[in-house]
Amino acid sequence: MSTTAQPGAAAHHNLQTPPAAPLVPLIELQGLSIRFGARDILRNLNASLRGRAIGLLGPNGAGKSTLINTLLGFYKPFAGSARVFDHDIRTDLREIRRVVGYMPENDAFISKMNAVSFVQMMGELSGLPSGVALERAHEALFYVGLAEARYRPLGTYSLGMKQLAKLAQAIVHGPKLLILDEPTNGLDPTARQRMIRMVREIRDGEEMRIVLCSHLLRDVEDTCDEVLILKQGQIVHYSNLNEERRANRRFLELETYGANGDFTAAIERLGCECAVSGNRMKMVLADGIGARDIFRLAAEREVRIRRLNFRRDTLEDIFLKAMEN
Amino acid sequence: MAVYRRNYKPYAGGLTPAWSRFLVLFRYSRRNLFRSKFLTGLFVACFFYPIVCLVMIYLAHSAGFLKQLGLPSEILTIDNVFFFHLMSAQGAFAFLLTAFVGPGLISPDLANGALPLYFCRPFSRAEYVLGKSSVLVILLSEVTWVPGIILFVIQASFAGAAWTWSNLWIALSFVISSLLWIAILALLAMALSAWVKWRIVAGALLLAVMFFGAGFAQAVNAVLRTHAGHFFNLGYLMSTVWNALFQIDSDHDIPVAEACIAIFVYCSACLALLLRKVRAYEVVR
Repeated sequence: MSTTAQPGAAAHHNLQTPPAAPLVPLIELQGLSIRFGARDILRNLNASLRGRAIGLLGPNGAGKSTLINTLLGFYKPFAGSARVFDHDIRTDLREIRRVVGYMPENDAFISKMNAVSFVQMMGELSGLPSGVALERAHEALFYVGLAEARYRPLGTYSLGMKQLAKLAQAIVHGPKLLILDEPTNGLDPTARQRMIRMVREIRDGEEMRIVLCSHLLRDVEDTCDEVLILKQGQIVHYSNLNEERRANRRFLELETYGANGDFTAAIERLGCECAVSGNRMKMVLADGIGARDIFRLAAEREVRIRRLNFRRDTLEDIFLKAMEN
Repeated sequence: MAVYRRNYKPYAGGLTPAWSRFLVLFRYSRRNLFRSKFLTGLFVACFFYPIVCLVMIYLAHSAGFLKQLGLPSEILTIDNVFFFHLMSAQGAFAFLLTAFVGPGLISPDLANGALPLYFCRPFSRAEYVLGKSSVLVILLSEVTWVPGIILFVIQASFAGAAWTWSNLWIALSFVISSLLWIAILALLAMALSAWVKWRIVAGALLLAVMFFGAGFAQAVNAVLRTHAGHFFNLGYLMSTVWNALFQIDSDHDIPVAEACIAIFVYCSACLALLLRKVRAYEVVR
């Protein structure tokens, strides 16, 4: 079952926790606010994120990257605080950075270095001894699939290869938490598939937990078990996708002719959640309500049902619903 | 584990001490420096004058050889003026090295967006600046006070204890002069490198600050009929301090204390500019 954050005051002041919480809290947001000048970027975020792979979703400018950058200590909170693995971002930043691997959204490399030296240096900066860092740099580059190209200068890499090199530097020191900011940005479909597969592998390896920030719903749906949706710096939805998938809820998709507000209202009176887009309707059937009841309501109102599909609620639906709210 | 096995393993071994991490940057930057043949050549050229000085020290203590050449034995005097000239020559070489090396230290990281990768690790901005500046500090030390002190020790070994004790202040002056020069050069070069993302432009700006600064200072002095223009001339300020440290008579128009304060202000301003720019992400307010 999803726990949808209500926009407005209730969403800001209630600590939102999904029902299933098998793991220790990864990130706890406690009234976290970020302000740049007079602009509120993040507003009073409260949540306890516990999933193995958490997706941060939201339209551009929602505050996803700002939230990540704040967790990494790049921005100081204006109010409130946050904890990563129970370390406060205001006081234990070094400890947080020790256990975090970060793959930034934009190009981030040292052009004249080859990938081995680059990843080795990043490992050493994280505290690995030089020899160990070199060994792990090779391993990480093999792991992400850059084995053949690992002695080439990073400046000569394609966009997809640069993304993989960024992933390699993020995992070289063996972090407990991997933060991926738009990992599939600019990748062609094959490279995207490869990146998603790798993220899934890392997630399933159970050595690392993942926070994946993206505006691409598909990426989050393919890799994450929890999703936090941000809109205009506020949490508008937080739910456990696995629970959503497991839940025995019935999703129905209708294509109608002649439907009006009365038909929608009648469906909602039955206790069904309903979303209308033109002549298409998506609904979640309430307990005890079946397709027969929908047909009956349609017949009573002379609405023609042209197509009816049973389908599960997708992340897209969750996202759209959150955005509408 | 063999590297070709494509699986991930966590790291559970020991970590290096946090204080030593800045040396990682030093090591990698230093390694990259000497890939340039021009820089290697320039670095070697920096030792030409110290070698000439070494020969002069040897000759100054070889009265018989000078006599054979028909020269009076007092023609070569190793004193404060001798070391002042050495300092001036090595200072000029240090500036050339800085103009070549300094702009490439930070600007590539900024241009390629690499700063978030440094700062998402247990590695602070101060450590980053320390690591990058240590490249210049050590490089410039190698061409300024290190050869100066070596020559002083050689001279002391020839001249004996009496000369050494009475001239020990020259060694101290040499080190202080060098460190002041290194500090201002390193900070200025890195600040320019951080504010101008293009390496070549940053190098040109460094030259402009030194040479146009001198011209601007002269213009201010001439137009306003003052000496305050000298405060825009870093070379003049430094030369004032060096003259005082080496006890050389000069006709500098600015008191030494004011020159020192001006240099301190320049260093502080460069550091502030540097720390303002060296951030993971720039905040647009």
